[in-house]
Amino acid sequence: MAMVQPRNLKYRVWYARIALWLFLALILFPFLMIISVSFRSGNFATGSLIPENPSLEHWYLAFGIPWENPDGSVTEPFFPVLLWLWNSIKVAFFSSILVLMLSTTGAYAFARLRFKFREHMLTAMMILQMFPAVLALVAIYTLFDKIGDYIPWLGINSLGSVTIAYIGGIALHIWLIKGYFETIDNSLEEAAAIDGATPWQAFRYVLLPLSVPILAVVFILAFIASIGEYPVASILLHSMDKLTLAVGSQQYLNPQNYLWGDFAAAAILSGLPITIIFLACQRWIVGGLTSGGVKG
Amino acid sequence: MGDETCSQSAKSDQNGKSWLAIILVGLIDIVLLYGITLMYAQGEIAFALLTLFLMACGSWVFISQRGYCYRYVFPGLLGVFTFIVFPLLYTINIAFTNYGSNNLLSLERVREIHLAKTYSSGDGSWGFRLYQEGGGYHLVLEDNDGNQFETLSFGELFEPVSIQAAPLKPDSAGTTGTPLSMREIIKQRSSLKQLTIIMPDGTGLVLAGLRKFGPLSKIYEAQTDNPLILTDTRTGETLYPDMNSGFYTDGTNEVGPGFSVYTGWKNFNEIFSNPGIQGPFFKIFVWTVIFSALSVVFTLIIGLLLACLIQWEPLKGNGLYRMLLILPYAVPAFISILIFRGLFNQNFGEINMLLELLFGIAPEWFSDETLAKSMVLIVNTWLGYPYMMILAIGLLKAIPDDLYEASAIDGATPWQNLTRITIPLIIKPLTPLLIASFAFNFNNLVLIALLTGGGPDLLGATTPAGATDLLVSYTFRIAFESYGQDYGLASAIATLIFLIVGLIAWLNMRVTRRMQEG
Repeated sequence: MAMVQPRNLKYRVWYARIALWLFLALILFPFLMIISVSFRSGNFATGSLIPENPSLEHWYLAFGIPWENPDGSVTEPFFPVLLWLWNSIKVAFFSSILVLMLSTTGAYAFARLRFKFREHMLTAMMILQMFPAVLALVAIYTLFDKIGDYIPWLGINSLGSVTIAYIGGIALHIWLIKGYFETIDNSLEEAAAIDGATPWQAFRYVLLPLSVPILAVVFILAFIASIGEYPVASILLHSMDKLTLAVGSQQYLNPQNYLWGDFAAAAILSGLPITIIFLACQRWIVGGLTSGGVKG
Repeated sequence: MGDETCSQSAKSDQNGKSWLAIILVGLIDIVLLYGITLMYAQGEIAFALLTLFLMACGSWVFISQRGYCYRYVFPGLLGVFTFIVFPLLYTINIAFTNYGSNNLLSLERVREIHLAKTYSSGDGSWGFRLYQEGGGYHLVLEDNDGNQFETLSFGELFEPVSIQAAPLKPDSAGTTGTPLSMREIIKQRSSLKQLTIIMPDGTGLVLAGLRKFGPLSKIYEAQTDNPLILTDTRTGETLYPDMNSGFYTDGTNEVGPGFSVYTGWKNFNEIFSNPGIQGPFFKIFVWTVIFSALSVVFTLIIGLLLACLIQWEPLKGNGLYRMLLILPYAVPAFISILIFRGLFNQNFGEINMLLELLFGIAPEWFSDETLAKSMVLIVNTWLGYPYMMILAIGLLKAIPDDLYEASAIDGATPWQNLTRITIPLIIKPLTPLLIASFAFNFNNLVLIALLTGGGPDLLGATTPAGATDLLVSYTFRIAFESYGQDYGLASAIATLIFLIVGLIAWLNMRVTRRMQEG
């Protein structure tokens, strides 16, 4: 492209580059620091960015393996990080599946079928999406307390309760999927209907196979959102073996029992997979965010 | 008009499978009806009505042909209704009650608790002998007429336990085991104190001295003409439920536990008139607005500048830059926030170590109000700028290049490009997103809960309140953190937040609509 370039372009590029590097150094400082801390021995040790006496102590503990200190004493892992991670993954996986199923069928009806109150429902969804569950925690706690009287595995302090509580967040996803469905020409479905397909068949065998990309995006968005969800999980889960990572991790930084080094290893261990998933799917997530955002 | 398409679709979709659907719906309904009856019997009227309403809707949608279209949306709406709409309404309901850890139960439950209270009345006494057999103990009781009763075996007891006693026939060989001496009985006294022995006729006996057990009597009995009023059988005093305070009272003293009652606008009055709540509430409200606004401004400025920079063509390798710049957004927020909490730690934190080394200062990030607020803003800007950058990149791509081409011919500086071309073109589509971002930060509980926990504490507050608390974290702490959790007050504040968020949502819709029209 023949862009008109100013004469001092070379200097400007260098200024920009240096500014960007400085900014990046500032932004990435916490990550570099936490990696360094995870290899220092002890929880109060200080030192330079590259540890002088690297030790795998915190990593052993993060993986749940007892660590033998040089003086012969053995440190047992304090918190079951891997169990928490596994809890988080279970909750996120099942709630994302539920969210995906409910929002896909809902979005199909909103995009293709005509029925009374359709517009009202859509507007209501848009408004409700602005009210996060954080605002009604007392009611949510009471609700699950009551549910637990009848269905114990959905009561307080069960992973099931957290899983289904996250269904409330489907409004945004319905809008996202509906927007995608509307970009797909419905002549294929009409052809199927003429051949005798029911609306359900047209949805299941024609529309769904065409929408795999958006379904993947919604699944990943829901997955990441529920892994990082803190407020609802923190009031519903109590016992050590039921916590999700988001609720459990903060216990490392309790002033009475400050485990900075152990936290560092645990944070990297648990944060890395999620970060990699995010970065790998970055293109689609960003697309989904911007299009959903502009529409919402 | 819409209904026609629906029933038509339905007809084509119901060939022979409808009876199966009806049976399935019927089965689910039976289970639910059973549950609803249980709830109603327990006095959970709100929940019984909710379930009944949802069940009725569900049954209609899945059986009636006219409900066909709703079959697709019903499950999703059910989720939204149960976990968003109902909790919102229920919160507003709680806002008008004194529900809290002191007034947790219903009036009926509290009455039952009072009626179940007992004392050892001392009329009639049963002598006893304690026997040991293996690791267990059992008692033989004897009343004044010489009738003997033997209890089941028990071990060492640390909490109240009821055990059954059965008559010991006089002609049988008697009980087994070794009888224990008085000294050993004294050793076992703490265990014996935990025992309630249920006699064959149903009376309960408790330890009434070192040598005897005595019968238990109910402290209160309900009056016949008004079963809510209780009479103390020992003194004849009456206890009546005070519907204003939510406690049973004899006129001067309240007798716990309390029950929840509707208190009208009391919680709202507290917020606006009780100085211990009003002061912190307004301080926190102002800080919440400042925090949300500044978060949006800071993230927008940094995000926009970075977006312009990495979209700038002469800067090579912008794929890598973009990846690295997005990193704060890719790492789960709860992890990054905790990392910052450790890094900012006053004594062991790396940030203070660095500042000490470079400038010889060690700011008290968590105990100084201004510093704590700046720390919260720094961390939130770090967390939030990638989102703005992502949005801005998307919007910048839509600006035609020839605009910049033309400005370059006219010799415009980069600053002029930004203020005269870029910002005017993207501000309109960006506005609803900025409002949404404001609303998000307004309710950013995770940041405050994990970073500062609200601290440093505000002085003169009757409930826990801190300088960095947002309205939501303030609510959260009133409801779940302190002793004497006050759900009613927390819900009242939450209700006020609903109003504010509703206002923001309305504003957002108007702006969006105007944008689509314009």
